[in-house]
Amino acid sequence: MATAHSRAAARVMISPAVILLLGWMIIPLSMTVYFSFLSYNLLMPGMEEFIGFGNYEYFLTDPAFMEALINTLLLVGGVLAITIVGGVGLALLLDQPMWGQGIVRVLVIAPFFVMPTVSALVWKNMFMNPVNGLFAHMAKALGLPPFDFLAHAPLMSIIVIVAWQWLPFATLILLTALQSLDKEQLEAAEMDGASALDRFRFIVLPHMSRAITVVILIQTIFLLSVFAEILVTTNGGPGYASTNITYLVYAQSLLQFDVGGGSAGGIVAVILANIVAIFLMRMIGKNLEA
Amino acid sequence: MGRITLSKVTKTFGDVEVIPPLDLKIEDGEFVVFVGPSGCGKSTLLRLIAGLEDVTSGEIEIDGTPATDLPPARRGLAMVFQSYALYPHMSVRKNIAFPLKMAKMDPAEQERRVLAAAKTLNLTDYLDRRPAQLSGGQRQRVAIGRAIVREPEAFLFDEPLSNLDAALRVNMRLEISELHQSLKTTMIYVTHDQVEAMTMADKIVVLRAGHIEQVGSPLELYRSPANLFVAGFIGSPKMNFITGAEAAKHGAHTIGIRPEHLAIAQEGGSWQGRVGVAEHLGSDTFLHVHVDGQDPLTVRVPGEAGYRHGDTVSLTPNLEHLHRFDDKGLALR
Repeated sequence: MATAHSRAAARVMISPAVILLLGWMIIPLSMTVYFSFLSYNLLMPGMEEFIGFGNYEYFLTDPAFMEALINTLLLVGGVLAITIVGGVGLALLLDQPMWGQGIVRVLVIAPFFVMPTVSALVWKNMFMNPVNGLFAHMAKALGLPPFDFLAHAPLMSIIVIVAWQWLPFATLILLTALQSLDKEQLEAAEMDGASALDRFRFIVLPHMSRAITVVILIQTIFLLSVFAEILVTTNGGPGYASTNITYLVYAQSLLQFDVGGGSAGGIVAVILANIVAIFLMRMIGKNLEA
Repeated sequence: MGRITLSKVTKTFGDVEVIPPLDLKIEDGEFVVFVGPSGCGKSTLLRLIAGLEDVTSGEIEIDGTPATDLPPARRGLAMVFQSYALYPHMSVRKNIAFPLKMAKMDPAEQERRVLAAAKTLNLTDYLDRRPAQLSGGQRQRVAIGRAIVREPEAFLFDEPLSNLDAALRVNMRLEISELHQSLKTTMIYVTHDQVEAMTMADKIVVLRAGHIEQVGSPLELYRSPANLFVAGFIGSPKMNFITGAEAAKHGAHTIGIRPEHLAIAQEGGSWQGRVGVAEHLGSDTFLHVHVDGQDPLTVRVPGEAGYRHGDTVSLTPNLEHLHRFDDKGLALR
């Protein structure tokens, strides 16, 4: 029974955890905000001074910013499109009864366990390398000139690598959703004259819509901050062709030692992420209700 | 028209033969009930007719056209599932209209049929709700509505009432019977409840382990069961069976007498016994009478009988309603 007294006691007892968590979040955030208003370069220690919104102005008017913003959105959108479509397809295939189901499912999940730097290096050196890569060999076998993916289609290549990593996650969530579908509903639809395509469209897809929403939300959070894959493959290049906001902040603060500018970029990234979140919740959040 | 003929139909799952060769004729407009204990293959038989399972061998004909290899949708049958299988993300209106939409019917005609079905089933006020917002009985009616809009050759019901509470079940039983009276369409109904079978059927098919034990009208099965299984399955409370010397007196291996065909008196009857449990229902009293050297006999006494636990009573069977069975369990006539 929750009496007024026990509620008060409960609040007192959870307060250390809440305060710790709050501090954990608030202190770095407020320090970042503070630094973003300073002219603070590690190459010129002791020269910090308050410059107002100067860092923000500098970051937002940098031509690289717009390019990085577009790249970020393309990366998130591209990976989401590939993983949702591919995930639904793979889930439908894996739901079919077949020999060796357990092994196949483990194999499908496997890429998710490979750390991003490793998988990006594997893709870079073993698949996409224009001299030794598997794709280069395949192109040569067909008599075509090998294509240097990371030089000529850097963003596309990174989208493929990241999608490869996230496809298992989407497949897993969508497969469990698919398995919870009542088989009698499909039979009823079959009796009602629905073709296989109709059954997918009117029964299976609506049933999976909530799982798809969950996949989109979770993946968006992680995809906005893709970094390791870019660092080990293209270093954001050529030019800014594969730089996203996260990588731009890194370049600003750690390659140019500009703590103030980097902090301003970080705050901008937080605001952008929240804008994306608001749009997402508007569009698909209603799927999570009821 | 809904004439369905099964000839030599079998079904095996792996090595297990669920339906041994089976022949059955269902006439147009009949209300046929498949009844039997759990796992007797009655639902499988229904699914074979629906086309949701493929027959292992044999032929199914619907209205004289071979339907064995037709997909479910082209057999012109509609099915009501035990779980109702409503589409949870669609409103009642869309649920009922779904088969029409799949048939690419004109939307105005769809709407007209949905409204007509909703009116028949008292669903007009609920058309814009989701299935989750409906009670069990209402969901059941939506499932029936989805079946009737297609105007099928025959309706298939797979234990449709087993998820409802007792009072609602009696109601829905009446509603389905009335629906059959007004539509005059063939209906095939699967249940394990002999009361549902007796009250609704024109023709009952009693199944055991995939075998048809007997086919007949409810009263035929009640009056002259073909064997011990049917005798024990049809009628409530169960028929009393007596074996041994008492049965030999009547020239049978086993004799059967229904609880309502035993006359009870203080003394002077054929069998003496002691009253065990007495169940007072008001309209009837069921007495469980222990007779020496026999299993307890159930006796049905109309009205409120004054017998109590421990009373000594005497029972006399009505010989006109005595059933005699041979040592294989088949009825002797």
